[in-house]
Amino acid sequence: MMPKRNTSNAVAALLCAALVLLPVYSAVSGNIFILTLFTRIVIFALAAASLNLIMGYGGMMSFGHAAYLGIGGYAVGILATEGVGSGFIQWPVALAVSALFALVIGALSLRTRGVYFIMITLAFAQMAYYVASALSRYGGDDGLTIYKRSDFAGLINLSDRTQFYYFCLACLFGGLYLIWRIVNSRFGLVVQGVRSNEQRMQAIGFHANRYRLVCFVIAGAICGLAGALLANNTDFVSPAVMYWTRSGDLMVMVILGGMGSLFGPVLGAIVYLLLEELLSQFTEYTGLILGPVLLLIVVFARGGIMGLLGRMSRG
Amino acid sequence: MADPLLRVDNLVRRFGGITATDNLSMEVVPGELHAIIGPNGAGKTTLISQLTGQVMPNSGTIQFGGRDVTRLPSYKRSRLGLARSFQITSLLKDFSAIDNVALAAQAHDGHSFRFWGNARKEKHLRDAARAALERVGLGARAGVVVSQLSHGEQRELELAVALATRPQLLLLDEPMAGLGVTESARMVALLKDLRKEVTIVLVEHDMEAVFALADRITVLVYGRVIACDAPDAIRKHDEVKRAYLGEQHAVTRHG
Repeated sequence: MMPKRNTSNAVAALLCAALVLLPVYSAVSGNIFILTLFTRIVIFALAAASLNLIMGYGGMMSFGHAAYLGIGGYAVGILATEGVGSGFIQWPVALAVSALFALVIGALSLRTRGVYFIMITLAFAQMAYYVASALSRYGGDDGLTIYKRSDFAGLINLSDRTQFYYFCLACLFGGLYLIWRIVNSRFGLVVQGVRSNEQRMQAIGFHANRYRLVCFVIAGAICGLAGALLANNTDFVSPAVMYWTRSGDLMVMVILGGMGSLFGPVLGAIVYLLLEELLSQFTEYTGLILGPVLLLIVVFARGGIMGLLGRMSRG
Repeated sequence: MADPLLRVDNLVRRFGGITATDNLSMEVVPGELHAIIGPNGAGKTTLISQLTGQVMPNSGTIQFGGRDVTRLPSYKRSRLGLARSFQITSLLKDFSAIDNVALAAQAHDGHSFRFWGNARKEKHLRDAARAALERVGLGARAGVVVSQLSHGEQRELELAVALATRPQLLLLDEPMAGLGVTESARMVALLKDLRKEVTIVLVEHDMEAVFALADRITVLVYGRVIACDAPDAIRKHDEVKRAYLGEQHAVTRHG
């Protein structure tokens, strides 16, 4: 067990250091593109980490997680359009609305298990997608342009590329720390216990669904935060961020990096989005190559990249 | 006789055309070890599952400690002091032995909506878990992941998990199933010790163990109670001999 821990920790530490130092590299080399790309990656890593909380630790295969990206984004976008530019209002609203949405769909979907749970979360996310498409006041199908990024009263300027990157990174690290605390807490052990054997957990006295629901809401809120970041990053939000393929992307990141490992989703987001970027320079059909890569990972490296690292270090 | 700890009245449970529990009534008094025997398919596990709330009866009532628990979900019954072990081992396979037991202790130590502190560092939970593990002889295996434990050790762990909930009534569904001779002997010794502290309902195929341990034995056939008496009386009971001990004796020892 120990060597696995060590390698994973080393990789995680290296990863964090690289992410922290990235703007320095960008400034020295004059490569602005890489900073833009990694801002996006960091945001998606946060979204994937939140999905990992329910999928990896909680065993809840949600296929509608991108809905929160849209809800968080629309909360920021709609408030901005209505003249509320303060981040101190926009962001809490983004979190609260995401949590509320998670509470409602969680309460309904958690009555089901397995494939039904996957399908019902997918259905709810698609409903959110169509509702957003119908919001003609806020751009409808075409999406909503955000003319001014969230204003934090001069504390931080989100329009500054480097500051925004570090803000996103702080959110990612904060989110990961929170998830780490949760996973090792009483609450986290119960959630993982329910994933492992629900009947047993009920038999020793836990009301399993209550814990699953709270976990589902926490993950939704964290992903809502990622949505608010994403909207600020692109100065734009559209129904497309909620489309089911986006939820699929998030799932792929989690599985690719390693379900149920803290840094797995970060690694997954980096590898997935870098591959996508790289391949898009050669071909329009990135899926043709990404698909088989994912297939190989699932077949030969259960536990994703993190699992693979663990096995390599054990020889 | 003292007021019963568990009282079952006219319990009925059907699965399609099969009546697995057929108008069944029984009582368990505090302090006794009450064995339930019967041939395969007699409805023993179905009965246990109804007692703990995994299966809901079609009709009839279950009272525990004077309280009607018939419609109570299993997690609430566990809080009242009803614990069970499963016939087919049912543990958290990817958790360590001590985590399995500590979670059971945690379930009975206030709510678990605590998100920050490290649960594995809560001393009183770990101590309680370690004590339960020592009790069943697994003290040295605390840190081992369940899937790495032997079958016998998993059976013992089932018991430790149930004990950690500090039950008033322990429902054991074939704790000897699949155990070797020495392991069985250890389990019997353990149960002999435990029965001094907690009321036990024991479902078991191992007749030697049942007759060595039980104060009273209830015999089930096709979901009905055909006899309920002290072991010696059961041994001499004509209907029991005919329905169970005689005809099917060979298959009862498959263990």
